[in-house]
Amino acid sequence: MQIFDLEADGLRALNSSLHAQAAETNQTLWEIVNPKGSHAIAVGLDAPIEVNVKGSTGYYCAGMNKQATVHVHGSAGPGVAENMMSGLVVIDGDASQYAGATGHGGLLVIKGNASSRCGISMKGIDIVVHGNVGHMSAFMAQSGNLVVCGDAGDALGDSIYEARLFVRGSVKSLGADCIEKEMRPEHLEILRDLLERAGCDAKPEDFKRYGSARKLYNFNIDNAY
Amino acid sequence: MCGIVGLFLKDKGLEPQLGAMLTDMLITMTDRGPDSAGIAIYGDDGDGRAKLTIQSDTPDTTFAGLADTLSAAIDAPVTLQQKDTHAVLNMPSGKLAEARAALRDINAGIRIMSTGDTLEIYKEVGLPRDVAARFSVSKMSGSHGIGHTRMATESAVTTMGAHPFNTGADQCLVHNGSLSNHNSLRRKLRREGVHIETENDTEVAAAYITWKMKNGSTLGEALESSLQDLDGFFTFVVGTKDGFGVVRDPIACKPAVMAETDQYVAFGSEYRALVNLPGIDTARVWEPEPATVYFWNH
Repeated sequence: MQIFDLEADGLRALNSSLHAQAAETNQTLWEIVNPKGSHAIAVGLDAPIEVNVKGSTGYYCAGMNKQATVHVHGSAGPGVAENMMSGLVVIDGDASQYAGATGHGGLLVIKGNASSRCGISMKGIDIVVHGNVGHMSAFMAQSGNLVVCGDAGDALGDSIYEARLFVRGSVKSLGADCIEKEMRPEHLEILRDLLERAGCDAKPEDFKRYGSARKLYNFNIDNAY
Repeated sequence: MCGIVGLFLKDKGLEPQLGAMLTDMLITMTDRGPDSAGIAIYGDDGDGRAKLTIQSDTPDTTFAGLADTLSAAIDAPVTLQQKDTHAVLNMPSGKLAEARAALRDINAGIRIMSTGDTLEIYKEVGLPRDVAARFSVSKMSGSHGIGHTRMATESAVTTMGAHPFNTGADQCLVHNGSLSNHNSLRRKLRREGVHIETENDTEVAAAYITWKMKNGSTLGEALESSLQDLDGFFTFVVGTKDGFGVVRDPIACKPAVMAETDQYVAFGSEYRALVNLPGIDTARVWEPEPATVYFWNH
């Protein structure tokens, strides 16, 4: 295992070491100590490695992740796993605003709560939040799945496109054009798989599904150019 | 951007270290606000004596003999303790208003930073590390304090544009964000007779809160109504004689992290600002909810 002291050796050295790992690297397990809320930890990874961050992180941890597993043993600041392409990001604590924003793929697991704008403009990422999400979550969500085991804040799924939203608890309010939808067997299957991969023992049958009513301006073909 | 730090001590044993802890937190927030920095610190209660913290661009000539001149003008004993461009004038509590008026006549170049029984505000242009060093903030003790690092967006980088702003005796306000209706609100407040010195948006928010309280609101009510009357982005931290409060606008783009242990309640724009506090690894750490007013009091 490679141990990297972020406080002693600095962010640039850390990220360039992680970027240097090729697909067939032998250095597959990394541990980062003393993260102390630093920004941009383990950003832009593109190798099948596992990175354990022993503490809490600041802005944009694990952004643009490809292939790698990044596990934060603490809480994460704003924009964690922003624009993730593939791989797995796990946050043991809470995540700040816009977790998983614009993500194209991979799985983001937040074991605590996520604050506002979780999954904003998500484009294929799967996000499982064991706790609650804040207001404006899944705003303009285009594709992928957002699973919330707790409650959702105001304006969930405002101006949503094709993403699926699953919430077990209450929804404070739904955003424009977001409605509750029928939970069909194929949705229960998707949910069961996501919950299992996220280490969550919630029952898929306890969730409700939300999605787009497809009534906004952009869904009307007469408004096309 | 801008950075905010705040520390409210529950453990009196930490009071001698308040300035040092706040300085460390403030410097960590330098890259959120390298233009200017300021600190509001709540020190000892003066037993019937009050503090008037002033600033001058020509401190050595302005402050020379000022205590005697002011003492004669208000017919009460006054002491002056200079710290770089600032000075703390100490006088009987009942004489504050008279002293304020007298200072205007003595030297129009003197700027009032704060008034109150325990509050002192120090703020200047420059890197947070340098500003804190100029005022020896790390040597100050106190029960609670608020610091601010500024990245200017709405008005010039000047001493008076720096935070914290004094909103009333022993009260202050710092702001991360930008207000979009500050010009119209400034015009409205000026029509109401409120003095606003600069083109700064936060000064308008501070004046708004002062004005609300003059018209009978509590600080909590003034903060609640600010959610209706102020348009824009804000995370505010307000200091009071016995505690501090936090409020974020309903959109809550501007970051805020709180930490609480048996020893303290701490505020930071980012978790980074809190990492050197004692017991932070086991502290309760959370984000304050949007459009919700929080207070901690002794």
